[in-house]
Amino acid sequence: MISEVIPHLLHSVPTDDTWITFDVNALSENFWSSTFDGLTFGAIYALVALGYTLVYGVLNLINFAHSEVFITGCYGVFFTLSALNFGPSAPRLAFWAIVGNLILALVVAIIASAVMAVIVERVAYKPLRQRKAPRLAFLITAIGVSFAIQYTIYWWRGPSPEAALTMFRPLPIFDVFGTIIDSQQVVIVVAAIILMIATDQFIRRSKTGRGIRAVAQDPDTATLMGVNKERIIVTTFIIGGILAGAAALFYVMKIPSGVQYNGGFILGVKAFAAAVLGGIGNVRGALLGGLLIGLIGNYGQVLLGSSQWTDVVAFVVLVLVLIVRPEGVLGSSLGKSKA
Amino acid sequence: MSTTDGPTLIPDDSSAQEIADREAKMRRRKGWFPGLSDKWNALPRQTQWLFLIIVVVIAYLLPILNPPLITTEPGNNWQIALAQMSVYALIAVGLNVVVGYAGLLDLGYVAFFALGSYTSAMFTSPDSPYVHIPYLWTLPLAMAVAMFFGVVLGVPTLRLRGDYLAIVTLGFGEIVRILATIIPAMKGQVGFQNVGHPPGTDSAGQTIFQNSNGTPWYWLTLSIIIVVLLAAGNLERSRVGRAWIAIREDEDAAEIMGVPTFKYKVWAFAIGASVGGLSGALFAGQVGFVNNQKFDIATSILFVAAVVMGGTGNKVGAILGGALVAYIPLRFTAIAEFKYLIFGAALVIIMIFRPGGLLPARQSLLAYGRLAYNKLRGINGDIPASGKVVLQSGKGADK
Repeated sequence: MISEVIPHLLHSVPTDDTWITFDVNALSENFWSSTFDGLTFGAIYALVALGYTLVYGVLNLINFAHSEVFITGCYGVFFTLSALNFGPSAPRLAFWAIVGNLILALVVAIIASAVMAVIVERVAYKPLRQRKAPRLAFLITAIGVSFAIQYTIYWWRGPSPEAALTMFRPLPIFDVFGTIIDSQQVVIVVAAIILMIATDQFIRRSKTGRGIRAVAQDPDTATLMGVNKERIIVTTFIIGGILAGAAALFYVMKIPSGVQYNGGFILGVKAFAAAVLGGIGNVRGALLGGLLIGLIGNYGQVLLGSSQWTDVVAFVVLVLVLIVRPEGVLGSSLGKSKA
Repeated sequence: MSTTDGPTLIPDDSSAQEIADREAKMRRRKGWFPGLSDKWNALPRQTQWLFLIIVVVIAYLLPILNPPLITTEPGNNWQIALAQMSVYALIAVGLNVVVGYAGLLDLGYVAFFALGSYTSAMFTSPDSPYVHIPYLWTLPLAMAVAMFFGVVLGVPTLRLRGDYLAIVTLGFGEIVRILATIIPAMKGQVGFQNVGHPPGTDSAGQTIFQNSNGTPWYWLTLSIIIVVLLAAGNLERSRVGRAWIAIREDEDAAEIMGVPTFKYKVWAFAIGASVGGLSGALFAGQVGFVNNQKFDIATSILFVAAVVMGGTGNKVGAILGGALVAYIPLRFTAIAEFKYLIFGAALVIIMIFRPGGLLPARQSLLAYGRLAYNKLRGINGDIPASGKVVLQSGKGADK
């Protein structure tokens, strides 16, 4: 029977094979534009990845709800800008007026995300810590919180994405190898890198940062040394929330119609993949991993011929990294990073 | 004081009282059905079987009885609701092997369910250009396909820490849906219609297994559940099951005691995946239509909610949880829209307040069976000679 089946299978595969290409030409033609675009997405992934990595470093927990912390920030941006009369077409405002509005949106997004992060920590994870629940219980709770928030938003805002908002018209700034880099890409990448450096320095130099590293290394000893573990955990969630709020602004800037109840979820999986790729628990690794995932996803998309391949490629990269180098490119430990 | 020092002490009045107190404390178990489990275990085997047979007969009669208040009518056809509940129960039994026994969090279980559905659809539906085989043959085939992908996914990830598995399976669940959308052979949203069904016609010449008639599908799935339950029960009591529970409780300790943890984790994952594939094939047959819309991550979380609600590691609980997850939205149609919200919140609440679920699993001394368990807990009255010594050490610890 098998001998009958196999030739039949081979012959009857539909000849329409445009769903997957292996178009090296397209990649070489679009190499620079997909590189810059990939870096832009990568910067957003990196900011979200930091939230996963910090919480993982301190609590050893994949905070699935972090994608909802992020999407809360996106709604913060959306409502602020809607209230400020931003619409689908670029606003006719003076430069400084736009900057002011965006900073206001950023502040709202950061507050929304940080508040959501603290709520999640207090309502879901703290009771579990007090009951000394097993790891599996934390993971199940995390995914439960993630879904509860997602479908609360669904209940409130419905299934379709929010109306698109354009923040400003991207202006060409540089011309690199015949490809134009616009102001939007520059703003996102530069701002993300500044935020990452600030976070890195905060973790390495400040007293709170030392506390975070101490708790990541050994919570019990840290407590004995006078570190307030509970406060450190909440601080970690707040830092993650702040970065997710910033990522939310850039995300809405890049994908104006991406504000949707489940918009954060797959981005969250990719950001987590980025954190693992760079080395989970490693702040610099999150930046590197985010940029790599952004680049690889974009190259894969151009090479394979459909935007839907981005997620598939990112996932395959995650599995490959886990097979080859599970500790990530830069190694994984928040606690071991030098002061 | 330890168990090794000194001769055995004969209990005086006060320590005898203490024995009684301790036993009473042990019997007063926390939970919603206090003592039920002990009473059940104290029954003779024959009585237990008798009860089980009655329960099974009632389960088989459910579509005909159509009990008032419980029934989902009007609103949803009761027989079809039962068929769906049974499919969910089967899914929960399969996922329980992965999550409940081995403690591996599989958030992409829907992927195996989808693989089973697509296997069944692509080999039976007239919409598919491939070779067609009888529907019943697709059941083992679906199991094999799902198991194969379970091993392919499990081997790289199960060597790592458990939480990576959660995110990898989550990604896998999403990938299968995306691939079903973009690969033309899987027909995306158009899907496959008229998926096959088991053969047979009744006396009037009508097909027995119609999509509009849930009863035969319910009976078929229920029979399969019973077979899977017996198999899972035997596995649970075997060396494999003990290894799973050891891994769940403490993987490092299990490894040190010589349990090949990786091998048994892959086993759990593969067995769970194959049951997922089987339930997918049954679902495809009952609904008769497969497309990419039914296999999203949210459904996967419902499956996890089914296992967690029923009682992680308890196969009877898993059936109950699976049936409830399917039943609640069908019975209470007003809240059906919010089912993901409700079950997501339920996961959090259960984990915080009742981590054992509705029917918590008993996780002690599977290896030595009921008798030894009762002896050690001193339920059947006579305390073994060494029991007093154990008690003495306990007394020392109390004071």
